[in-house]
Amino acid sequence: MSEPLLVVKDLAVHFETEDGLVQAVDGISYTVERGKTLGIVGESGSGKSVSSMTVMGLTRAGNARISGSITFDGKELLTASNSDMRSIRGGDVAMIFQDPLSSLHPFYKIGDQLIEAHRSHNDVSKAKARDRAVEMLTLVGLPDPRRRIDSYPHEFSGGMRQRVMIAMALINNPKLLIADEPTTALDVTVQAQILELIQKLQAELDTAVVMITHDLGVVAEVTEEIAVMYAGRIVEYGSSDTIFAAPEHPYTWGLLKSIPRLDTPRDEPLVPIYGRPPSLINKPSGCSFHPRCPYVREAHKKVDPGLEPTGGADATHKVACLLPAETRRSLWAALRAGETPDQVLQEVDIPANTLSPSAEGQTGEEVTGQ
Amino acid sequence: MSTPGEPLIQVRGLKKHFPIRSGMLIQRDVGAVRAVDGIDFDVLRGETLGLVGESGCGKSTTARLITRLLEPTAGSITWEGRDIAGLSRRELKPLRREMQMIFQDPYSSLNPRKTVGAIIGEPFIIHGVESDDTKRRKRVQELMEQVGLNPEHYNRLPHQFSGGQRQRIGVARAIALKPKMIVADEPVSALDVSIQAQILNLLSELQRDLGLTIVFIAHDLSVVRHTCDRVAVMYLGKIVELASSDELYLHPRHPYTGALLSAVPVPDPRLARNKHRQILGGDVPSPTNPPNACRFHTRCAKFVEGTCDVVEPPLEPKEGGNVAACHFPLTDEEIARRVPSAAA
Repeated sequence: MSEPLLVVKDLAVHFETEDGLVQAVDGISYTVERGKTLGIVGESGSGKSVSSMTVMGLTRAGNARISGSITFDGKELLTASNSDMRSIRGGDVAMIFQDPLSSLHPFYKIGDQLIEAHRSHNDVSKAKARDRAVEMLTLVGLPDPRRRIDSYPHEFSGGMRQRVMIAMALINNPKLLIADEPTTALDVTVQAQILELIQKLQAELDTAVVMITHDLGVVAEVTEEIAVMYAGRIVEYGSSDTIFAAPEHPYTWGLLKSIPRLDTPRDEPLVPIYGRPPSLINKPSGCSFHPRCPYVREAHKKVDPGLEPTGGADATHKVACLLPAETRRSLWAALRAGETPDQVLQEVDIPANTLSPSAEGQTGEEVTGQ
Repeated sequence: MSTPGEPLIQVRGLKKHFPIRSGMLIQRDVGAVRAVDGIDFDVLRGETLGLVGESGCGKSTTARLITRLLEPTAGSITWEGRDIAGLSRRELKPLRREMQMIFQDPYSSLNPRKTVGAIIGEPFIIHGVESDDTKRRKRVQELMEQVGLNPEHYNRLPHQFSGGQRQRIGVARAIALKPKMIVADEPVSALDVSIQAQILNLLSELQRDLGLTIVFIAHDLSVVRHTCDRVAVMYLGKIVELASSDELYLHPRHPYTGALLSAVPVPDPRLARNKHRQILGGDVPSPTNPPNACRFHTRCAKFVEGTCDVVEPPLEPKEGGNVAACHFPLTDEEIARRVPSAAA
């Protein structure tokens, strides 16, 4: 248990396009321990899917420039050959996608697809693989699996298709399951079924899970650690308890305050995040979040913050923010009490030039968004 | 403006059955998808009424029926005292000004070849309100300003805008002719979380400023609770519960409403750990052949044989003021166990 299952270090994934270089992922690091769950939260275009697809070796296109390192179970994946990647993909690392209809082949019976997934990684007879497929379909709670194994994907409802996808992903006992928005296309009641299923199977099979989602409710229910991504970077990282109880990045605050919740008073106003996510071709200088941040100071437009420990109670808690730690804490305390950013700004004094430790030695330097 | 609180629209016994046809040359009806199957509700002036339910429960069909984009199979829709259920297209045209729609997908609901100015200005032309180009341009730019778009972007095309901005274009088009009612069908589901709040706040500002009545359709129960004054919960073409937002979320009486609320993930790990998530088994039955009597009985935890599958429960007032269609509504104790967020 000592060595982490997945170590992603300084991963950058850039794509050359006609419009310019898209910096989809721009230097992120995280680790996933065996059997644990990491949540990656972010909006569209934050790089959350690209980073996980790179783990699977799915971004190896001609125009992609990938740097950094991805170590899975002691093996470097970025330099692995395509055939090595093929044996890892679907074997030790499996993925489930948002839309179960487009990720299942419409022409083949689900049984044939499950059998192929099993036989391409294991030297077993068709009959044995079929037994395994039935076993997996039973495990994911598909009713009457012996008969339904000969059905086509369109004969299933959305929730059942997602169960089939999960069965296929887990058929080779993967050590790591990457779930990319697995419940976004589903109704809440079905979402609850699928989340429960993933958690149950994870406990039984001791699979580590990377859960990618934009839904803070989903990560709160199923993950132990959370990485918040913005514009290709991780801007905050910590245990899920910390991220929800004591977040320190203004973007995380924005996310938490802009969703209506069932457990807060109904008339509590929503505080939207102004503006919109930046272009990944032409990122803002300094802190990428500065054009949308209500607490921006002149210096934040020049200095690029690094992801640094917050020094709080949670030792894993890290944040990439140029505000001094004590300022961040008083800002969140006021926001949490129900104040809007405008009210908060009148009360909390933000020093114009004091920067958090992460920026030390950088002030005045020319920093670009690269 | 008339007094708030009186019904703007009254729906009685509304049904929409889509026939299923079979046969190559001579088609005959072999059944029907009973998308909406006998619903009654009022929409009061100036309120926001929410319609919630899972996909396939008939909420979007209901929206298209009350705006008369679809022809009802049966029932009446009384708009300001006049039954509009059987009106012809020509008779409906003047009414179209008064009821407008906002759609879910801001990508497919705007014509990609038209400029924003032309899209927002089109209602003025269709209804012959402002034929003078200069004046129309001015009104369109005022609308753009009102919904938070830069009026200088008058000549841009939809693809030059982000999803949230496109939804603002849809909102501007909907309010152009100062309608009395707006039906918003999942207006924020396609948007990023940080943008959702912008659009929700915009809608509530416009409602306040223009005295709009809004019918808000969504599957996200937290959004509905925040936005709506009253909420109707639909299941398989029927309304199973109707109550004010506060009552519905504090004490859902119908077991289906309870299950829906219990399924919503709570963005707080500590609360989430203590929650007894009540999982609804199985899938929604087919609307071509819905279960007898109470349609929810096949999945209900409180199912009583001989009652729920024999006698259809009427929609009637229950404890706490909710109106629900259930023989065995949830008790306060059951609610506290299943929906801890309501107690918090």
